[in-house]
Amino acid sequence: MQIALFCVLAVVAVVSGAAVFVVDSMARATYALALSFVAVGASLLLLDLAYLGVVTILMMVMEMAIMAVFMIMFMMNPAGLMPMSMLHNRRGAPAISGGIFLALGALVLLVPWPERRGTVPADPTRAVGEAIMGSKMLVMIGVSAVLFTTIVAALVLATSRGRYGDDEPAGYGHGESHGPHNGHGGGHDAHAGHGGHGGHGTHAAPPAAEGSGT
Amino acid sequence: MMLELFLLLASALFAIGVYGALSQQTVVMVMMGLELMVNGVIVAAAAFWYFLAPAAPDGQVLVLVVIAAMTVDMAMGFAVVTLLFRARDADMTDMAAELKR
Repeated sequence: MQIALFCVLAVVAVVSGAAVFVVDSMARATYALALSFVAVGASLLLLDLAYLGVVTILMMVMEMAIMAVFMIMFMMNPAGLMPMSMLHNRRGAPAISGGIFLALGALVLLVPWPERRGTVPADPTRAVGEAIMGSKMLVMIGVSAVLFTTIVAALVLATSRGRYGDDEPAGYGHGESHGPHNGHGGGHDAHAGHGGHGGHGTHAAPPAAEGSGT
Repeated sequence: MMLELFLLLASALFAIGVYGALSQQTVVMVMMGLELMVNGVIVAAAAFWYFLAPAAPDGQVLVLVVIAAMTVDMAMGFAVVTLLFRARDADMTDMAAELKR
């Protein structure tokens, strides 16, 4: 019974995970990824991981909600209204990922896994709670510091005022970072692939106007 | 046998994630590939805990750390994408290839 349930969940997880990169709409891709994550969380529930399974499902649903916002911000083809290819590396990517799956699968089947040691505790959630409040507390202290750093760093990176706030020099980033390129005798403009960024060479336009110019 | 099944599921999710991260042009889709890869790691860690050493809580703590890593990867990834979009108007990976040179 458990094996059958697991097989159903595994098939759902893999098929919807693959559908993420097959469907031609990013909205559908987001839903497919959410379904894949829910199937993975449910398969964790099969392993008596009530807390971690539910945390995974809740976190993934929230993450997909956030991802939907970014999808709308950075979308190429949000609703699949205009069929278009969003792929590159057409031959390399399937070959590499197929090779990785074959290698990992061979390892999974060939490695003589050791026998199970010990038994599942009566309450695994209590066991992990006592661990992170006791013997594994350093792990959670580290994770909390990293998460706080992430909040600060993400805000600093994403804010429109830039890293230096109001003290930003007048040239703001572009003038500084591209200034040396001018000194190279127009070598920057010589790259054919960057013809679209030719506007950077002039530095006459402020950042906003530059964005619309490219 | 169940351990192998779970690990095969993890391998499949990881491989699909690698494919997505390598083949997609939109940054959001690349992030989805990364999420799938981390998801495979979560499945593998949980399976190792349950089928090999369930008495020790280490496996569960590892799953917690991986979930935290997943959130960090999402937050920092989207922050960098927002920065790139502000600075260069780039929303695709091919438009942000300065470090190649």
